[in-house]
Amino acid sequence: MNAHNDTSLSIAQPHGLRLSAKVGLGLVGLGLLLITAAWFGAKLPAAPGLLAVSLILLAAGTVIHARGLYLHLPEGIKNNGVWLRSISSKGAVAWLIGIVLTGFYVLLYWFPQYLGLGSKDVPNSGLVAFFDPLSRLLNGNPASQWFVYGTLYTVAILAMGYKFILKYRHNRYQVVRTISVMFFQTGFAFLIPELLERLNSGKPYFDKDLKNMWPLNYDFFFDWHLGNLLKGGNFGLFMLIFGVAMIFLISPILTYFYGKRWYCSWVCGCGGLAETAGDPFRQLSDKSLNAWKIERWLIHSVLVFVTLMTVAVIYSYLAQNDGKLWIGKDAFAWGTAAFFLVAGGLVFAFRKRFEGLKDQTAWLVGGVSVIIGGILLINTFSDAKHILFINSFELRKVYGFLIGAAFSGVVGVGFYPLMGSRVWCRFGCPMAAILGLQQKFFSRFRITTNGGQCISCGNCSTYCEMGIDVRAYAQRGQNVVRASCVGCGICAAVCPRGVLKLENGSTDLSARTDETRTIRIGKEGVSLL
Amino acid sequence: MHVVILGNGISGITAARFVRKLSDYQITVVSSETDHFFSRTALMYIYMGHMRFQDTQPYEPQFWKKNRIDLKRARVERLDAGSKTLHFDSGETLAYDKLLLATGSKSNKFGWPGQDLKGVSGLYHYQDLETMEAYSPGLKRAVIVGGGLIGIEMAEMFHSRHIPVTFLVRETSYWDGILPAEESQMINRHIRENGIDLRLQTGLKEIEDDGTGRVCAVITDKGERIECGYVGLTAGVSPNIDFLKDSGLETNRGILVNEYLQTSLPDVFAAGDCVELRQPQPGRRAIEAVWYTGRMMGETVAYNIVADTAVNRQPSTINRQRYNPGIWFNSAKFIDIEYQVYGDIQARAPESHVSIYWEHPEGRKSVRIVYDKNTSSVLGFNLMGVRYRHEVCNKWLREKTPVETVLQNLALANFDPEFFKTYEKEVIAVYNRQSGRNLASKRQGRLDEVIQFLKGRAVESRG
Repeated sequence: MNAHNDTSLSIAQPHGLRLSAKVGLGLVGLGLLLITAAWFGAKLPAAPGLLAVSLILLAAGTVIHARGLYLHLPEGIKNNGVWLRSISSKGAVAWLIGIVLTGFYVLLYWFPQYLGLGSKDVPNSGLVAFFDPLSRLLNGNPASQWFVYGTLYTVAILAMGYKFILKYRHNRYQVVRTISVMFFQTGFAFLIPELLERLNSGKPYFDKDLKNMWPLNYDFFFDWHLGNLLKGGNFGLFMLIFGVAMIFLISPILTYFYGKRWYCSWVCGCGGLAETAGDPFRQLSDKSLNAWKIERWLIHSVLVFVTLMTVAVIYSYLAQNDGKLWIGKDAFAWGTAAFFLVAGGLVFAFRKRFEGLKDQTAWLVGGVSVIIGGILLINTFSDAKHILFINSFELRKVYGFLIGAAFSGVVGVGFYPLMGSRVWCRFGCPMAAILGLQQKFFSRFRITTNGGQCISCGNCSTYCEMGIDVRAYAQRGQNVVRASCVGCGICAAVCPRGVLKLENGSTDLSARTDETRTIRIGKEGVSLL
Repeated sequence: MHVVILGNGISGITAARFVRKLSDYQITVVSSETDHFFSRTALMYIYMGHMRFQDTQPYEPQFWKKNRIDLKRARVERLDAGSKTLHFDSGETLAYDKLLLATGSKSNKFGWPGQDLKGVSGLYHYQDLETMEAYSPGLKRAVIVGGGLIGIEMAEMFHSRHIPVTFLVRETSYWDGILPAEESQMINRHIRENGIDLRLQTGLKEIEDDGTGRVCAVITDKGERIECGYVGLTAGVSPNIDFLKDSGLETNRGILVNEYLQTSLPDVFAAGDCVELRQPQPGRRAIEAVWYTGRMMGETVAYNIVADTAVNRQPSTINRQRYNPGIWFNSAKFIDIEYQVYGDIQARAPESHVSIYWEHPEGRKSVRIVYDKNTSSVLGFNLMGVRYRHEVCNKWLREKTPVETVLQNLALANFDPEFFKTYEKEVIAVYNRQSGRNLASKRQGRLDEVIQFLKGRAVESRG
């Protein structure tokens, strides 16, 4: 019995990685090497075939690595050694990856010529030229730095998504959710826009990613984009109407029913990368009360910023096209002012009706809205050149640089290995801010806790990528209703006592945040419920 | 009024928090183990690299100052109840008006030869974790003695670091004093599936010294010698009360307390693992060293400490509370298999207990529902790899619900994540086969149904 039972060595491998896991990593390395060689202008034979080979090496290498990593182990949570390995605990490897990623984003946003982006007279070279064949195949044009980025981004979500699915293969919520982000990235963000570009090639460019809504897609209302949409034929008009419907109709309804997760962890591209390639770093998010305070100020400031900028930009656009469109600049200014005054007034007037809304917050939200509305009014009366007295062109340049590039790209992804995978989503994304406000005050979604079963171990909080201290709620038997929760469901997955569940219900909409304490002191002593 | 709490585990800290909620008294929590409260049940995750030590601390360091709970790191050598003073090993003293003893447990040692060698340790205190860590580099094999919850945790810990483990279990099957046979065998299989060398019906005879005072092997009661660099003693825990021997406190295996968690000495209370109830509730043990009972005792005792002293406060609205832990529940995780229990599940059930037992063909999930043969009311739920709602099960148990009602509404109890396959139909099918009945599930298990059920409102059932 003893001899054949002693299989310890077959599973508990003393040297860590299995051979196949190492081979997979090797293949990924080879793929990266080919891409780097092409970047630095090596004279490589048969470029189209070689691009395919390198992308396949990246994807297949990750797949082989993941299979070697997980398939020989029984299904279950795989967090052994997370805080003991350099890459996932802010060690030297993490810093190295962080710096390389950050550097890549700096080049991508501000110095694309170093990636080999050509111009009217100069053809692409280096890395961008390496992707020309695929770009021509899909949209008929040479590649841009954004095509290179989009392709690598999609490959990352697909390959790392596969790894994630194997890691959580015992959990169908995780599997279904990950297939969803892989699908939306590949189809809606990558293939469909590129193919539509080809079909629509005579028309000016506009964003063809259906799921990419304002304000995450902050240039939706920019003059050039609005202009191109309007010049884009029926499809352009459809995208304009659908885009506006997404903001005011579709997203609020879906968020009411399912919480913001329908977007943030099921559909969104930023979320898609965070959930797949960013998964090894989710534990690095800061859980302190201070971080939560900074989060609330920062993300809502970005929301105010993007709103002001957009109002200013639309006003400028209407001013330039006065009389040519069905709406004039004055009507727009009046309408927007009214919207803010009414919205702010409503929030304040009904502050007692919103569960969990503190008076202080109501004052702030109401106050900010009324101030914006008021300035808009004064502005309209004073007949100033710029709405809000700001030059919209300058404003959007600042937003594009600070928020659009530096925050969402460079910090958002570059800092994955140091600050976790959701830095942008948590501290910056104005889309997440809007959906979060809806989720907090008007949604059926919450994470329920299971009676008195919590042992305060801290796995839920540790693995919350949004830095929510889930345990603080779980240990007192309170539902988790937080604006920032993206509903990834990992807290429920890693809980060793089965305490957390993501649920939707309308029966108790006004009492979702009640402290339903499970241990209660009553006349009969301590009791449960 | 100065309330001194000895021990910063779940009982002591829960008591401190509630004394603060109920009063303005000065509160001092004394511990020799760590500066701050941490989740003892999470020690394993630190070793396995899932969390850092700071991640296991439920409150940030500034919490204590903000709530005016003073923390003192010191070891108590002696309690002088006459002068209401604690004497520390540093020579310092601390006077109290009310004292709460929440000193927890210590690992059992049954007089095995070699049990005090270097490289032999239990797993209860933070210091045990440090010992495991210190002996892990280069460790060729660990032997774990005792097949309970801590034993399997320790096996999983070493296993996660790729250190081979031999797991000695005296019983014929893992934890078969608590788990019914099928569940116990499921865990045997799971332990072996993970490549852990499980030796059933095997006890420890002695631990061998390598000549330097360090462990080098164990000898089992079957005479086999197993070389190892570490021995984990996980054959249960017992109340940590040695230092109270000469205090005049009435103790048995634990500190004896009444239903208000008062000890035999005036102004001295006790709560948690270190307690032995003089009169436990029917069906419950006098010593229950479980996280959940520790938490409930902590809350109860806070009321009693404050009620006891609230005479000077007016108007005093705080009443004494009897300790009444309600219906038994517990949970654990056996490597990858989660376990939840609600109510009365016995390893060797009396003849009047009837089991409905369903097991998934893959053998990693099961549901057991036990009911009374005569009254047919439900008695307990035992879940492996399936999550059930505590509140729903508790309500059915409290109301002695007929088992057929439970089965028809079983979906209300399901707490598995969305998209998971559900097994209520399979469980009902087992009952139908056993009883010749033809029940069907009436519920979908939507949250709205659950809330309405818990609030006691009648919900129209879907045919």
